[in-house]
Amino acid sequence: MMDKAQHIILIGGSAGSYNVIVEIIEALPQTFHAAIIVVVHRNPKFRTKIEETLSLKLKRPVAEARDKEDILENNIYFATPGYHLLIEPNQTFSLDISERVQFSRPSIDVLFESAADAYGQNCTAFLLSGANKDGAQGIKHVRSQGGTTYVQSPTDALISVMPESAIRLTDKVKVYNNEEIISYFRNLK
Amino acid sequence: MAKLTTSYIDFRELEDIIDILQKTSGFDLTGYSKASLKRRIQRVMSLEGMDVVDLKNAIINIEGFPTFLINEITVNVTEMFRDPRYYAALQTDVLPYLETFPQLKFWSAGCSTGEEVYSLAILLTEAGIYDRSFIYGTDINSHALEVAKKAIYPLKKIKQYTENYNVLGTNSLSDYYSAMYEASIVNQDIRKNILFSQHNLATDYIFNEFQFISCRNVLIYFDLELQNRVLALFYESLSKFGFLCLGTKEAILSHDIMSKFKVINRELNIYQKIR
Repeated sequence: MMDKAQHIILIGGSAGSYNVIVEIIEALPQTFHAAIIVVVHRNPKFRTKIEETLSLKLKRPVAEARDKEDILENNIYFATPGYHLLIEPNQTFSLDISERVQFSRPSIDVLFESAADAYGQNCTAFLLSGANKDGAQGIKHVRSQGGTTYVQSPTDALISVMPESAIRLTDKVKVYNNEEIISYFRNLK
Repeated sequence: MAKLTTSYIDFRELEDIIDILQKTSGFDLTGYSKASLKRRIQRVMSLEGMDVVDLKNAIINIEGFPTFLINEITVNVTEMFRDPRYYAALQTDVLPYLETFPQLKFWSAGCSTGEEVYSLAILLTEAGIYDRSFIYGTDINSHALEVAKKAIYPLKKIKQYTENYNVLGTNSLSDYYSAMYEASIVNQDIRKNILFSQHNLATDYIFNEFQFISCRNVLIYFDLELQNRVLALFYESLSKFGFLCLGTKEAILSHDIMSKFKVINRELNIYQKIR
């Protein structure tokens, strides 16, 4: 039986983020204490199978985050297409099918804000490449609740709108190039 | 921690608001998923330009405000034939069984603005069993129910509904509504055996016996305890061999309740009461 995660690492990405996400997951050590939660914009009409594809490719479980489930350490979760993913104050997942935020459902802002409320300083967030402003508000909120935030360097991001929006909105956000991002995940304990 | 904006509330303030709302209006949000509820309330505060003191004041002092708040925070995202695969599964796995019943009662719990109820009525019409069926549509949201009763939907929405319906594809969706100007109204033949009324899943009880209950994308807004209360209510409200349909991401998590049902479709969360 795995324990509930004491620390969560969020990854938000949109257009141009998929390859970095794959590299991140490939770089992960076999065991680590945090839970990793990924939200990536995708069209729910096309039933993409990111979870299955990655599970097979990486030979480790990549799960879909399910409503009211515990968040366990050493796990990688993906947000379900078509639903917002939130984290409850009792540190479980919940889903929500309310209006899109920044044209997106799942929205990065929604996950990041609720995660920051639930985990405070034990929440770390990464915002990657994308073509809209989703995630900027979320990064700001994670920081305001004492968490740590990293934004992909706009020069490394395939589409820089998303990282740039976050950098503009929040002072002192850490900007990491791809190498630094991968190295962070490779060295997770 | 400094507040970001005046419409930001923390969970302690959320508990206060839930408490005041329950004491003054009887709306009980205790069992709602907190993270989602907090966002919905913050959204209303932001739209109305209220801080937490304003909000509490309004709940206590402004007549009708609690109802307005409930109508604003309950989620009303719905479509006709939303998730066509679900309706296809009803056609193949559920309706053939229900056809054997002389009389049929359906309950769409959390029906919002009624699209799901009319979709069901169309499906039953096409299966040739609507004349011996009756559908109850219920929701906590009084405003959504008013929309449901009128059965008038903007044409720009009908476009999406038609796309959904065409996946099932037998007739044309336009056989079931009349269009006028920018709106369309569901035909009387479809509207005839339907009753919409207010019902609160968190606090109300059984009101009839049903052969079919659908409650899609409602349980996700409830915590596990309230989910189990509602599932027990559905179990009690179903006749033996009646069907329960939940949202695609809503499974029965309680082993106790699950032991009384058979899984008809695991992916779409369609269940049949077997004991």
